[in-house]
Amino acid sequence: MEYNTGAPIYLQVINELKKKMVKGELKPGEKMPSSRDLAVEYKVNQNTAARIYREMEMQGWCFTRRGIGTFVSEEENMFRDLKKEMASELLKNFMHEMSGLGYKKDDIIDQIAEYKEDGENDA
Amino acid sequence: MMLECRELTKWFGTKEAVAGLTLNLDKGKIYGLLGENGSGKTTWMKMVAGLTKPGRGEILYEGHPIGWRDKASIAYMATEPFFYDFMKVSDVGEYYEAFFDDFDRKKYEKTTKAMGLEPDMKVRNLSSGMSAKLKLAATLARKAELYLLDEPLNGIDYKAREEIISLILEEADGENTFVISTHLLEEVESFIEYAIFIKDGHLADKVNLESERMKSGRSLTELYTDIL
Repeated sequence: MEYNTGAPIYLQVINELKKKMVKGELKPGEKMPSSRDLAVEYKVNQNTAARIYREMEMQGWCFTRRGIGTFVSEEENMFRDLKKEMASELLKNFMHEMSGLGYKKDDIIDQIAEYKEDGENDA
Repeated sequence: MMLECRELTKWFGTKEAVAGLTLNLDKGKIYGLLGENGSGKTTWMKMVAGLTKPGRGEILYEGHPIGWRDKASIAYMATEPFFYDFMKVSDVGEYYEAFFDDFDRKKYEKTTKAMGLEPDMKVRNLSSGMSAKLKLAATLARKAELYLLDEPLNGIDYKAREEIISLILEEADGENTFVISTHLLEEVESFIEYAIFIKDGHLADKVNLESERMKSGRSLTELYTDIL
């Protein structure tokens, strides 16, 4: 994965894992990689890998069974909340940037309504 | 503290290669050893590995003056190729097994195979990437406490570098300690816990990278430019 070299690595990996949960690439109750596999996959050291799981457990996104491994939370609600939370975070940043350019909320809503995604016909 | 170096000094003729280097290492971490060519990184590694004696100063390992017994706990990988040209991959295993009590032949065979090194391949015919992998596989098949890897990523292509990093991260279990010297800052930035900056034979700074990213948002390249 490509890192932003000026931001803590553990937070960037957590964010990536959260996205995987929201997208369903990591399903409720599924076993997460061992901390060694996590270290190799994300190019982090063992201390960072342990920290990632510790933080995620504290947030209730995963849990550890001693001697067996770390698992994704089984709470379906948690996934819904996580998705909402990540969306509102993105929206907050977007609104902040747009108002920085001088746009008001109504202008932004108009812009979104008119917005065409790549591939949509311009004609 | 696993390793303590106090005021280490080493002269080569009139050149002071290491100049009053004081540096401590903790168990279970991955350290990046960074500095310009000729700043004393290799000489420091060789002193810790017991291959050359400090002119002045002392090295303590687990609290006692470092001695020949500690060689069994320290695995050093030199940057220059150190196998004979006529050897085959399997001979390297035999050679290491004869030299080191802690060498795990099975592990060596498994790792070399996983990286595409066949037992009957000749050292002479290996590409630089293959030969770098061979050196590392042999070094990591030792069950050491401290691994000193001098430029393991030097002179090899991107894919081989990634394989080498994966191999290191598979072995770094949070119990053993790694010191890796390199000039390829971007390659090691995400997994180095502490960067050790060496300048003119002494310690310029030792920085916990994750704390630094949280505090100042400086990348390793920025730190390198600021410190050295």
